[in-house]
Amino acid sequence: MHPPATAHRPFAARSLDWLRENLFSTPANALITLITLALLLWAGSSFVSWAVLHAVWGRADVATCNALFGQGACWAVIADKWRHMLFGIYPQGEQWRSALAVVIFCAIIVLSAMRAFWHVWRLLALWLSGSLLCAWLLAGGFALTPVPTALWGGLPITLMLAVFGTLFAFPLGILLALGRRSALPIVRAASIVYIELVRGVPLITVLFMASIMFALFLPEGVSFDKLLRAQVAIVLFNAAYIAEIVRAGLQALPRGQYEAADALGLGYWQTQLLVILPQALKITIPAQVNSFIDNFKDTSLVIIVSIFDFLYAVRQAVISDLDWRHYFVEGYLFAMAVYWLFCYAMSHYSQWLEKHLSRDHRL
Amino acid sequence: MDPTAAHVIPPNAEEIIRIEGLNKWFGDFQVLRNISLSVRRGERIVICGPSGSGKSTLIRCLNRLETHQSGTVIVDGIRLNDSLKNIEAIRNDIGMVFQHFNLFPHLTVLENCTLAPIWVRKQPRATAEATAMKFLERVRITDQAHKYPGQLSGGQQQRVAIARALCMAPRIMLFDEPTSALDPEMVKEVLETMVSLARDGMTMLCVTHEMGFARAVADRVIFMDEGEIVEQAPPEIFFSQARSERTRQFLDQILDH
Repeated sequence: MHPPATAHRPFAARSLDWLRENLFSTPANALITLITLALLLWAGSSFVSWAVLHAVWGRADVATCNALFGQGACWAVIADKWRHMLFGIYPQGEQWRSALAVVIFCAIIVLSAMRAFWHVWRLLALWLSGSLLCAWLLAGGFALTPVPTALWGGLPITLMLAVFGTLFAFPLGILLALGRRSALPIVRAASIVYIELVRGVPLITVLFMASIMFALFLPEGVSFDKLLRAQVAIVLFNAAYIAEIVRAGLQALPRGQYEAADALGLGYWQTQLLVILPQALKITIPAQVNSFIDNFKDTSLVIIVSIFDFLYAVRQAVISDLDWRHYFVEGYLFAMAVYWLFCYAMSHYSQWLEKHLSRDHRL
Repeated sequence: MDPTAAHVIPPNAEEIIRIEGLNKWFGDFQVLRNISLSVRRGERIVICGPSGSGKSTLIRCLNRLETHQSGTVIVDGIRLNDSLKNIEAIRNDIGMVFQHFNLFPHLTVLENCTLAPIWVRKQPRATAEATAMKFLERVRITDQAHKYPGQLSGGQQQRVAIARALCMAPRIMLFDEPTSALDPEMVKEVLETMVSLARDGMTMLCVTHEMGFARAVADRVIFMDEGEIVEQAPPEIFFSQARSERTRQFLDQILDH
């Protein structure tokens, strides 16, 4: 037997074959292809013309942009407002601290994604030192001017809420997932009630509760930082979703794994930590990353409790300036690009992770 | 296989497993009916019977992979009841080999073998690894020690599963259809390992249809049907002079093919 001949033909010839087979196989098919192509060209070309060809690039004053309003994008608004967009209302002179915190924070994330750091103590040391450093940079004190959390804003807020919102939700979610499958009726019931209750309400309401209702239950004079309350709300909210993802992973494992662990005399926690979870969590990587990307974007809801995340900072930077306020489309496109960059990196990393961890050649 | 090697346990060997009046239901369906069985130390028992006869359930009741509803199970002097301490003690005495191997796919062969010794027996890693290598050598699989189970053939995986169970130094080994999931050419290597284990005097309860194995090493063959022990006898009597009609029918079916 010989392999099919197409494999040896030049790329151009194979491409032509593919086109003929898939796009121009019948007259109707060819017509649809041409119409779609025309639509794409039309939409694409007007966008390129607006966003690239007729756009105002680099620093420019408003008058230059106004002259081209409607024909070309005004990227000058980003050049003029980027600091406000990235760091919100954080005091102007101190914004280098915000920037440094973002860099350090991203560095921690990138480092912990690397194999060399996959040891409990290294990760713990990395995250403790990195987080404390970021907290000091943002909050001040010890030789830096103190900045109250009410003035924090922009990208540091979005990153913090999303990353810690998942990091702390993860162990909680695992416990809830195990609880939901527990043989102990009280533990099981409590886990089910928690998960179903939290999943049944929108994040906005949980944030609202944390921000407004929570204060009503506390004795007078006792109060927690608003940002902290929102962060805790996000953790508690995400935990319910993570729990369900983990549970799916647990259910995907064959019963034989539990039986083998039982027969060897491993206890409940030993079985879960050494045998079950390492396998279950690996299966759920795509779903976990999906949920993390969701959560990353959902942090933009914190604006309803007056916490100024990245998206709001972008909007506010443009809208609040009488000169530039018409150029919010460019601002939102900039925000989109930043969100996309983070989400794409995560998605890419998750694919690498899956491949890397699939060393067990499971049959 | 040398048939004379099978009978070496002294007749006065002490009882290591005692089962009395064991009953088990799955919902309304009674899988085990009033089972009584006594096993002496060093005895090798083969349990056979049609599927659904309760043979796997019976041996799974010995280490509490299944819970029985009535009757007594005593393993090495320890009564099997709801006490977690007793269950733990009994599981420490019993090694088990499964039909589908149930190796941990995320751990290497060596890690599979050292996991329980390190975490349950609290052995130092070096000791556990030395013991593991000894048993891996015994099942002739040392060169695969650092591979993952998915990289091995079924026969190799089952031999690793046997080594993994042996690393816990059990006094009793349970085999739950250890060769049923294997390709035919791999059955032999697993059976040879089991025969060599039997020669060393390990107390074994094997659920299997490998009648050659039963003839070679079993002290007693038990036939189960519909949750009952229908017949039990030494292999030379079991295969030629079975008393019950059901046993003879079953033997006809599996021996003719």
